[in-house]
Amino acid sequence: MLILIRGSGCEVSWVDKPKVKKSMLSSLIPGLSSLSQRGLAGWLVVLGFIMVASIVMVTAISPWIAPYNPSQINVGKPLLSPNSQFLFGTNDLGQDVFSRVLSGGGIMLEVSILSVIICLLIGVPLGLFSSYAGGLVDRFFCLIMDSVYAFPGLVLAIAIAAMLGRGVINMAISIAVVYVPSYFRVIRSQVLSIKEMPYVEAAKAAGAKGRTVLSRYIFPNVVPSIVVVATVNFADAILTAAGLTFIGLGVSVDIPDWGWDLTNGRRLLASGTWWVIAYPGLMIILLALGFTLIGEGLSEMANPRLRE
Amino acid sequence: MTLRTYVISRILLTIPMIFILLTMVFLVIRVLPGDPVLLHFEKQENPAAMEAMRRRLGLDKPLWVQYFDYLFGLFRGDLGESMQDYSSVTQQILSAFPATLELAIFSMVIAVSMGIFLGVEASKGYGKTRDSVIRISGIVTYAIPVFFLGMVFQMVFGLGLHWLPVGLRLPPRIDIPSGLNVGSVHFSTGLYTIDSLLEGNVFKFVEALRYLALPSLTLGLVLSGVFIRLTRSNMFETLRLDYVTAARARGLSETTVTYGYALRNAFLPVLTMMGLQFATLLGGAILTETTFSWPGLGRYIVDRINFRDYTAIQGAVVFFGIFVSVVSLVVDLLYAYLDPRIRL
Repeated sequence: MLILIRGSGCEVSWVDKPKVKKSMLSSLIPGLSSLSQRGLAGWLVVLGFIMVASIVMVTAISPWIAPYNPSQINVGKPLLSPNSQFLFGTNDLGQDVFSRVLSGGGIMLEVSILSVIICLLIGVPLGLFSSYAGGLVDRFFCLIMDSVYAFPGLVLAIAIAAMLGRGVINMAISIAVVYVPSYFRVIRSQVLSIKEMPYVEAAKAAGAKGRTVLSRYIFPNVVPSIVVVATVNFADAILTAAGLTFIGLGVSVDIPDWGWDLTNGRRLLASGTWWVIAYPGLMIILLALGFTLIGEGLSEMANPRLRE
Repeated sequence: MTLRTYVISRILLTIPMIFILLTMVFLVIRVLPGDPVLLHFEKQENPAAMEAMRRRLGLDKPLWVQYFDYLFGLFRGDLGESMQDYSSVTQQILSAFPATLELAIFSMVIAVSMGIFLGVEASKGYGKTRDSVIRISGIVTYAIPVFFLGMVFQMVFGLGLHWLPVGLRLPPRIDIPSGLNVGSVHFSTGLYTIDSLLEGNVFKFVEALRYLALPSLTLGLVLSGVFIRLTRSNMFETLRLDYVTAARARGLSETTVTYGYALRNAFLPVLTMMGLQFATLLGGAILTETTFSWPGLGRYIVDRINFRDYTAIQGAVVFFGIFVSVVSLVVDLLYAYLDPRIRL
């Protein structure tokens, strides 16, 4: 991602504190060193990346490392507290919580990746086009995007998800609709300022076509912002997906999913079986936090003033 | 631009936004793939009953007629009839709304006061441990799903330690606060804290607060991160300004300088953010209400989803949308009133 930012020609002045010591970790892993030289922001990105990567990895290899089949009921007695046989205990259906925690990230990851892709595919071209076109076209898109943006996101996602019905794609669509305006707004405001830069003027004066100016001269400079928005949005998408699942609009009851485990655990609160909700809840937090950290670090690097 | 011109133009700007919003909701419920009536009956299709429902709710008319019926209905404050029992959706929403409003107000107060306090504290110790700890906790709270935090609070402070009650707005054995009753004049807001004070019943007021505590703390805490960050960066800039130095030079205490002088200037962006965060707050309220069995509009929507009652869902979504637009309008007007630069 950093290569994208640097190669994009975006002249961001990296304000570095000179007294950053080179740490062991950064000298061990080449590539990390350039990140850690960016100070705290770099470490946030590294930490976030490690969190996200390990969750993705665990989810991917869970079929081989999970001690039990996560969907199978009655592998143990119901509601056993954590013990040596069931590390995180069992839920009310006698399913192994540990196995479910290992494999329960699949749906959330799929939904969030898909919704970010949809947002990118719609929000980015629309933002580029609208701000470049200007005038009435821009006014029109802005008004629509502002209306969606002002709407309580989760409420809108609920309405769409309720109509579209269950399914990974449907859930991703309902989340994407809510967040397209965020992409649109960021890209639009970026293009508005880039558009006025002398080198764009020069390209136009040299006779470059509108499409060329947009794709060759303006777009590369917007890429850093897109990366930042998309990372931050990953966290939002995950939390929204968890929320939709929690109120009963989840993808499927049969596939292990942290969101569903939390929904199920709510009924069991009174029994004091904390392990049924604690572990899946922590996993959602770790995943969302990972993306938030990456986003936080990247946006701080792209705009050092934020640090203050 | 005078304040009056600003107010008028801002109100005029809200109208197309609400209109687009209404159209959007209509498109989502009526035009997206999935026939609401068919979905309502789910697997047990019953052609006669379905036909009757379509006729009763006007869903058999052409789409554009439905659209205008819907808009004119809204104009009269009519959100249609519920698919469940044909009762008035407007009535149901209005009876559930005060609970949500009360939760939203208290959560916002908690989020803002906590955000301002921690933000100020962080800005005082810029770059020090205190600052880093507050910043990191702000980031972490952002990543916590509000319903999970609600469940943890419920389990620890409610069911575990028995400090605070969990679920509903008052104990079942207590009557709903009646509000103000003077002779034949009756006035109640639906907000239990206010109604109990109007009734003059301190016991009910305390109970209402106790029941509000956990849900609003949950929602407020999750929302506070945004305000911490905003206050911190604004305070940091303001504290470096000359007039703050001048105040310090006059020998005023640090508390007076930060809260009495600097915070005044740093507060305006916080006000704008309050307007912007209100939409997020209502989204969070839906989840919080579900966690705490809080009988508000969020619970209403979730219930209606389970009954596949699409007219009610549509009504509630529209209501949420209009409410948020009005709140953001009010916040903007308040901002203009407080900040004379807007009027220039």
